[in-house]
Amino acid sequence: MSTRRTIQIDPVTRIEGHAKISIHLGPDGLVETARFHVTEYRGFEKFCEGRPFTEMAAITARICGICPVSHLLAAARTGDKILAVSIPPAAEKLRRLMNLAQIIQSHALSFFHLSSPDFLLGWDSDPQQRNIFGLISANPELARGGIRLRQFGQGVIEALGGRKIHAAWAVPGGVRAPLSAKTRDQITAGLPEAHAVVRQGLDVLKQLLDQHLREELHVFGEFPSLFLGLVGKGDRWEHSSGGDCAGVRVMDSDGSVVADGLSEDDYASYLSEAVEPWSYLKFPYFKALGPEAGSYRVGPLARLNLCERIGSEQADRELLEYRDRGGRVVTASFLYHLARLIEILACLEQMERLLDDPEILATHVRARAEVNCFEAVGISEAPRGTLLHHYCVDENGLIERVNLIIATGQNNTAMNRTITQIAKHDLTAAELAQPQLKEALLNRIEAGIRCFDPCLSCSTHASGSMPMRVQLFGADGALLDQVSRG
Amino acid sequence: MSAAKPRKRLATVWLAGCSGCHMSFLDLDEWLLELAQHADIVYSPVASDQKRYPPAVDIALVEGGVANSDNLALLKTVRANTKVLVSFGDCAIHANIPGMRNMLQGADPVLRRAYLDLADSSAQLPHAPGLIPELLDQVLPVHELVPVDVYLPGCPPSADRIRTVLEALLQDRRPDLSRAGEIRFG
Ligand code: SF4
Repeated sequence: MSTRRTIQIDPVTRIEGHAKISIHLGPDGLVETARFHVTEYRGFEKFCEGRPFTEMAAITARICGICPVSHLLAAARTGDKILAVSIPPAAEKLRRLMNLAQIIQSHALSFFHLSSPDFLLGWDSDPQQRNIFGLISANPELARGGIRLRQFGQGVIEALGGRKIHAAWAVPGGVRAPLSAKTRDQITAGLPEAHAVVRQGLDVLKQLLDQHLREELHVFGEFPSLFLGLVGKGDRWEHSSGGDCAGVRVMDSDGSVVADGLSEDDYASYLSEAVEPWSYLKFPYFKALGPEAGSYRVGPLARLNLCERIGSEQADRELLEYRDRGGRVVTASFLYHLARLIEILACLEQMERLLDDPEILATHVRARAEVNCFEAVGISEAPRGTLLHHYCVDENGLIERVNLIIATGQNNTAMNRTITQIAKHDLTAAELAQPQLKEALLNRIEAGIRCFDPCLSCSTHASGSMPMRVQLFGADGALLDQVSRG
Repeated sequence: MSAAKPRKRLATVWLAGCSGCHMSFLDLDEWLLELAQHADIVYSPVASDQKRYPPAVDIALVEGGVANSDNLALLKTVRANTKVLVSFGDCAIHANIPGMRNMLQGADPVLRRAYLDLADSSAQLPHAPGLIPELLDQVLPVHELVPVDVYLPGCPPSADRIRTVLEALLQDRRPDLSRAGEIRFG
């Protein structure tokens, strides 16, 4: 007799937001599919209507406290285009500097605080200890390093914008304040320690990948898909629009370029979003190929696939080694973790270069103008992937329409495929026959989500927080098991 | 001191906010190492795998307003099992940015915009009872639903102010934020 069931993990923890996972068993009693449910929605696209476009940076920064700088920069970029100005070169460089700082702090949080307890303490370690505080007791040096690295990134944001979170600093036309030589020197002084921490993180992770984490490479979301993101001129790694950016590239897993040099202005012609009734997170896809074949991944894994080189010495060396490990186009989602550490290194090297450029101290940092355009799209690479803000304004600059395409959402299909792959692999008939599923196995399924470092505050752009949970459902749709830990 | 003070049981809770208040908590940086010597983090979306809110929590920092049925249920559980509930940040205290949707008529307009107007042919309103919660008509501040013991405003409150409050509560004192500039919104 077939008894189909469902398992729930609720909430998913150590991710940035509110979510649940449900695992559905087929008539044969084996895992058929797993679903990632984002459980929150706030409604920014609607309630921003009527606000002056100059407020959008401050409002949309509150989409997400982890990567507020991404929204700040995308909103400012959209604002530049509404003013129809090119911003002063120093402002361009300062914005890039802040984006680098934010990628550093956000990636450090993802790796050291949220994900590393899984593989440093072990999948099946005590769930009470499997967190940053457990890491502090088990490996205080590494934990302290991670905390210091995040602090470095946050400190740069504070040095530029006056506060660590929700700094009101980038504005349409540029930034509010120039950089002083003293602050520049303070930032520079922090670089060597940051380098040392990321080096340590790379050594630890690579060693684990060589020894204990081989299986994870093949089970944690290893599949072909498209990859989408910004690239720089000369096929370099890129994180910001403007300057040397060569637009959006879409690449297939075999390395073929599906589309190149796409402009954010036309995003609606090549991106579309599907809705499923069981999640507040939509499913964006590359329109020409449809929801299935057109699903793509964004973020560190995509950015490293899309470029030929990073453009700085140490990061490029790591990139070569990374490709030896994962192939020219890396399709193993578990390597998001390694890609994140390589990006931190890239950010530190680019930061150093920017700080050496005398133009970064120029005091003309803001261009002023009236509303000159009524519609604009701004794009930026957030730590988790490509971010688009699209505003329509009236002649007074009041918002008439808003659309936001946010990084994490674009990984939605990939996250669902990843947890399905892990659940099918780990939840064997023998495991499913146990009266109670092993906590460690369910943690591994959650860890599949953690590879993507989803920021669910952001992703339902409009939504808020998410602890995560897992549920197991039968073929009749009846709820069979819920994971409640502890 | 004769007997060592028992360790406090600390929780952090995330309702409808942006996680910025939690990030500010993590901005305590190396003080977190010290905190770990005086308290056990028994529930936290960023620092624990505990799925159910545990009993007998001494201090809970609650971020965010109450925007959906899950937020509401969790908040009630938190209140019932917590000695000192801190309304943590502007969203918790006055609904803040998420509360901007309160000017519209109910939750419907915000849902329609995202899932009907800005979607492909699969456009529909998410609805899956038991899996995803329904939005409440209004986003409410925490104190409108349950009694609050301590208010810590800010968007987010700075790490320094979080520390001031935690240091007091760890020593069973009432936090004093009356110094210049310590009580501020935004
Ligand atoms: S108060 Fe501010 S920082 Fe805190 S959750 Fe709300 S919007 Fe985010």
